[in-house]
Amino acid sequence: MAENKKIDERKKLWEQNTVKPVLDRFPERKEQFSTGSWLPIERVADPRPFTEDEYLEKLGFPGEYPYTRGVQPTMYRGRFWTMRQYAGFGTAEESNKRYKYLLDQGQTGLSVAFDLPTQIGYDSDDSHSVGEVGKVGVAIDTLKDMEVLFDGIPLDKVSTSMTINAPASVLLAFYIAVAEKQGVTKDQLRGTIQNDILKEYIARGTYIFPPKPSLRLITNIFEYCSKEVPKWNTISISGYHIREAGSTAVQEVAFTIADGIEYVKAAIAAGLDVDNFAGRLSFFFNAYNDLFEEVAKFRAARRIWARIMKEKFNAKNPRSMRLRFHTQTGGSTLTAQQPDNNIIRVAIQTLAAVMGGTQSLHTNSRDEALGLPTEESVRIALRTQQIVAHESGVANTVDPLAGSFYVESLTDTIEEQAWNYLNKIEEIGGMVQAVEAGFVQKEIQDVAYRYQQEIESAERVVVGVNKFSVEEKEPKDILKVDPALRKVQMDKLAAVREARNNSAVQEKLKELKQAARSSDANLMPFIVDAAREYASLGEICGVLREEFGEYKESIVL
Amino acid sequence: MDKKIRILIAKPGLDGHDRGAKYIARALRDSGYEVIYTGIRQTPQSIARTAVQEDVDFVGLSLLSGAHNELFPAVVDELVKNGADDIVVFGGGVIPQSDIPFLNEKGIQAVFTPGTPIKTVVDFIESVQERA
Repeated sequence: MAENKKIDERKKLWEQNTVKPVLDRFPERKEQFSTGSWLPIERVADPRPFTEDEYLEKLGFPGEYPYTRGVQPTMYRGRFWTMRQYAGFGTAEESNKRYKYLLDQGQTGLSVAFDLPTQIGYDSDDSHSVGEVGKVGVAIDTLKDMEVLFDGIPLDKVSTSMTINAPASVLLAFYIAVAEKQGVTKDQLRGTIQNDILKEYIARGTYIFPPKPSLRLITNIFEYCSKEVPKWNTISISGYHIREAGSTAVQEVAFTIADGIEYVKAAIAAGLDVDNFAGRLSFFFNAYNDLFEEVAKFRAARRIWARIMKEKFNAKNPRSMRLRFHTQTGGSTLTAQQPDNNIIRVAIQTLAAVMGGTQSLHTNSRDEALGLPTEESVRIALRTQQIVAHESGVANTVDPLAGSFYVESLTDTIEEQAWNYLNKIEEIGGMVQAVEAGFVQKEIQDVAYRYQQEIESAERVVVGVNKFSVEEKEPKDILKVDPALRKVQMDKLAAVREARNNSAVQEKLKELKQAARSSDANLMPFIVDAAREYASLGEICGVLREEFGEYKESIVL
Repeated sequence: MDKKIRILIAKPGLDGHDRGAKYIARALRDSGYEVIYTGIRQTPQSIARTAVQEDVDFVGLSLLSGAHNELFPAVVDELVKNGADDIVVFGGGVIPQSDIPFLNEKGIQAVFTPGTPIKTVVDFIESVQERA
């Protein structure tokens, strides 16, 4: 910080002569103020400006190292962020209809939600799938379902994000195979697979295999895509679910970046050159209600990642240092009570994401604490982004909150505290060890517990829940998935099994099994081959389950 | 002194959202009960088995995936099969109000939706104990 005696002296005088008499008569609302994640807040942020050197070192210019002010030089003056609503439910037919509706409404990218059996590598007819088919996303068993899902949607024109982790390679293979059928080559495909297994162990729960083979599958994808699908984002390293599990903003940044470090290490250990894959790594963060803290969080995350890639991993290509990210507004901030209030929460969170420099955004719908969103609710959520983009004016200059004493100090604080965690995790031996030891989960749970207790005691006000509540009638218009859907999906799967060349399927699965057994083979081409023959997701994952075993949760309470 | 009330908090199905389950488990423990938490992705069979082995008085089920109408009653059925129909089952999560009468009918004695204070859950447990 710059020396600035005049300001310091004046501030002291201000505190004595101006603040104190007011405090004596009108005490402040609280003894201590803090952000949503308990970072202390001063009455007024330290007003000392940066020196020139500090500015250049910490902020620089957008599109240049350390990317604090954004990863592109013009940001939304060039084009707006991608408006990408996460959607999918029921069958591929129903979801296909929703995607076409969203594209008609001006959405600019697709984001596929899969049901839980798909995410955990079970076919719809597996006994584990009872009750879950088509519930939280679309059910995909084979390439056939994927063909229906993208029917009439040209895959060379849209970018598609798929929230899929443990079986990411299988769904990517299905996508590649659908594209082939549309006459679209792999090098034209744009999109993202989440493919982030570490946060599944920490927070989200859709893991299948233990860490070691999981990291192998991930690095196989990095390598395969760097050659075959060069415009594909091979991973979306996700803090979103860590935050949803109750973490602080600092933990969200720290644990996500620690996961990122682990993936980079694994890929380098597998023999990849950092600049060959790091440019395709992308991130995914949450946006909560504390507007300034969230903006600071995004800025701090960019600065930390750039430094790690440059200094720790010796990346040379600037692309490898840029933290590009998707944002979703905070699902756990939504209330079941007075659901229309959620529209306002989402608007604030949208501002945070945009002023924080996101590359794409999903805005939650007002009714998601009640169930799946209705079409009307989804439209309002999309409109929220469009209003911020076209009417609020915040997108017309890059990094509009830079230089705010408060936001800059929060950015520094979040960075500093995140580094403390990163150093601690390094001491433990890396993120895999930190997760296996339960360290990360415990850190999150302790603050999640504190957060909820503050809500219980109404120390933390949630409007409509612990303050300003009203008697409410049961809300109408909740979208429900037909429980008979599993039967429909099972019949479709049986028909595919009947129609396909089963000996070819068995052959491809056998080859995959052998490749899985030899530790140096890249599994992607084998999975693509099996997908083309209509091998099911459950069959492919079944082969890998046999070879790799399954992860067992370390329960921390 | 009375035997402490024992509660199993369980997550049936494939849903990984465990923030609520873990909060309830810890808050009930802090309220003086003995609490066991199963972890995520449990089958109805394994939940019932654990409930019997651990000799619990209550089973609290948490689910946010929408599979509650299938999986909550399945847990009750498994408990009955294991001769443990005296165990009281309650549930929570993202559950539409309109599903609650059905769940009550299937033997889930109370359903707590998001925003429920822990005291409401404790009051429920105490009221059941008094009846017994």
